[in-house]
Amino acid sequence: MFLDLIILILLVIAALWTVMTRSLLRASLGLALVSAILTLIMFNMDASLAAVFELSVCAGLIPVLFISVISLTQPLTFKEAVEHMRSRMARFWELPLIVLILGVILVLLSAKFKAKLPALETQASARFVLWHLRQLDLLGQIIILFGGVFGVAVLFKERKKRG
Amino acid sequence: MHALLILVPFLGSFILNLPFRKVNKRLSFGVCAALFLLQMAVILIPDFGLNKINPAALANIFNFDLGVDALSKVMLFCIGLVALVTLCTNSLFLKDSDDKFNFINVLLIAVSGMNGIVLAKDIFSLYVFLEITAVASFILIAFNREELGLEGAFKYILLSSIATVLMIAGIALFFLVSGSTHFAAIHSALLAQDKSLLINLAIALFVSALFIKGGLMPFHGWLPDAYSSAPAASSVFLAGIVTKAAGVYVLIRILVSIAGFSLTLKSVLLFVGAFSAIIGAIAALTQTDFKRMLSYSSISQIGYIILGVGTGTVLGLAGAALHIFNHAVFKSLLFMNSAAVEKALGTRDISKMGGLGSQMPVTGLTSVLGSLSCAGIPPLAGFWSKLIIIIALWSAGFKTYAVIAILGSVLTLAYFLSLQRSVFFGKLNAEFKNIKEAGFSLLFPMILLGVITLGVGIFLPLVLDKFILSFNAVLGG
Amino acid sequence: MVSAIFVVLLLVIGIYCILATYNLIRVLIGVEILIKAVTLLIIAAGRQNGNMALAQAMVVSIIVIEVVIMTIAVGVVLGIHRYNNSLDSRKIRKLKG
Repeated sequence: MFLDLIILILLVIAALWTVMTRSLLRASLGLALVSAILTLIMFNMDASLAAVFELSVCAGLIPVLFISVISLTQPLTFKEAVEHMRSRMARFWELPLIVLILGVILVLLSAKFKAKLPALETQASARFVLWHLRQLDLLGQIIILFGGVFGVAVLFKERKKRG
Repeated sequence: MHALLILVPFLGSFILNLPFRKVNKRLSFGVCAALFLLQMAVILIPDFGLNKINPAALANIFNFDLGVDALSKVMLFCIGLVALVTLCTNSLFLKDSDDKFNFINVLLIAVSGMNGIVLAKDIFSLYVFLEITAVASFILIAFNREELGLEGAFKYILLSSIATVLMIAGIALFFLVSGSTHFAAIHSALLAQDKSLLINLAIALFVSALFIKGGLMPFHGWLPDAYSSAPAASSVFLAGIVTKAAGVYVLIRILVSIAGFSLTLKSVLLFVGAFSAIIGAIAALTQTDFKRMLSYSSISQIGYIILGVGTGTVLGLAGAALHIFNHAVFKSLLFMNSAAVEKALGTRDISKMGGLGSQMPVTGLTSVLGSLSCAGIPPLAGFWSKLIIIIALWSAGFKTYAVIAILGSVLTLAYFLSLQRSVFFGKLNAEFKNIKEAGFSLLFPMILLGVITLGVGIFLPLVLDKFILSFNAVLGG
Repeated sequence: MVSAIFVVLLLVIGIYCILATYNLIRVLIGVEILIKAVTLLIIAAGRQNGNMALAQAMVVSIIVIEVVIMTIAVGVVLGIHRYNNSLDSRKIRKLKG
């Protein structure tokens, strides 16, 4: 229980760092870190299939995607970068304060909150549910991956010379 | 058999991509058109498709959970019609055969996604197909890779993702409360408990997400930019069906199958609908760009549909469904007209146009039909759907809203008349003396839609009571 | 449920990131954080509920969808960069009205 709490707090701290850090590259790495901590949380909650997916895709593929975009686009000049960093801090310093205050408020509120929730216990494993009960979702995933392929084919094509 | 409606467009796209590419490229237009015509035929001829084809073998391999009712049938027909019209528009605008091929494939995927939305009986599957449609729309808006198109696409992606997050949060709360994502299961779980805070929060999150997707005020920020900067065929497709299938249809389905029409919900819907209808119409009056004016007009008409839904009665629901169909027809028609004008003139600025009716007679005539139908003038189809919505509002006791709806109609007539006057009537600008009428592949769908809106308007009273009665089952189930 | 508090905190962080940044890529990072927040919400709901299998199936689908959306968003951002040579969101205010 205590360990869960520590990992969740780490998650929020990692997210704060990702958002507030100066360089885009570090922000992408921060995103990978947030995904990794989320994976730990999911493993802790017995969601092993989802955790593996999250680790390989969101902590791997997506940061790589972002880093390749960042390296393809040009960096600012030195003066612009310093100016940018100064105005950045001015905009972002309120965030940790807001998060802290909100966290305290929510903890106090949750003590008063009661809800009636069902507590089913299913014995089915995630693999069974995914492959047998949610076949429509699987079809949807295949279709969207297909769509993604076309998206890449359309968007990433070099523009032909306009005649 | 219902699964075929999802599988077939997707398989069509898949097969078109198999090795024989040269042959496939030439066939792609015909195959695509045939598929959409088939979809429309399946709905119109009751014994033809949905009941007859019984592939028991298919049901044994796959376990898809789909269902159809009156509302779904209306949507399926609209999807087929608008997709067919988009296909024809596209062949005039995209010249490169590679681009055409990609467009047709993305269109097939979008149709597959929308068919899935209207057939799903499970809230999470509905979400998956909603995302398929959204992804296809992103690609369609950014298709030309022009600067404005990319900007509109980015705004749409951002707002759509926020709506996605809200929707998943709503689904998670529904899942928490009921232990499942099936419509029936969630509905019975909601009935078993009182409206606790969690359930109200879930419904609020979901409805807000759908307001964003449907382009209702005050969440309409992405709509004018996305519609006006997209390439011509994509605008026809988006305005004709995507926003309605993704936003309005899902809203109706959630209310009917899960949440029920509580009083707060009805008042919120009526207010948002009236607000969008009036403010959208006022904003349309001030526009100088043809497509932007049509986008604000779309926001206004979707406000009307939500007004019909907000009554919570069978009559209101039937009126809303009829207006969805009519809007698909006349808005696609109007966007095609604007595409023809843009192609002939090279500009979308209304202040530079005038007197085009003499040079482009078919475009002018069909645009008059579309405009009058949108404004609700008898005997065109739009008159009937607006009348039904106003009667539904009046008889359900929302008399002020009925008056607001009539006011909105007057505003609609005002901006369309001003549009017609500045574009098609009046004096012809000297530099546009030699423009020609649009090509056949654009004229054919324009005439088709004009005939449909006129024909439905004249013949609707004959089937009106059967149409309205079939919505009893939708509301009850 | 203690995780619900953290979900809300993550949502706030994500929204703040989207609102306060001038860089298009950071907007996408903000969207990613939002999606992670609701993923956590689904898993927490599954844990509370007992139906972890369905929750995991949902998370898997959401992750696949998220990847495709991010890929296309990145494609659009690259296209915008080719025109403006910068990723500043203040420079893409061409559409008005």
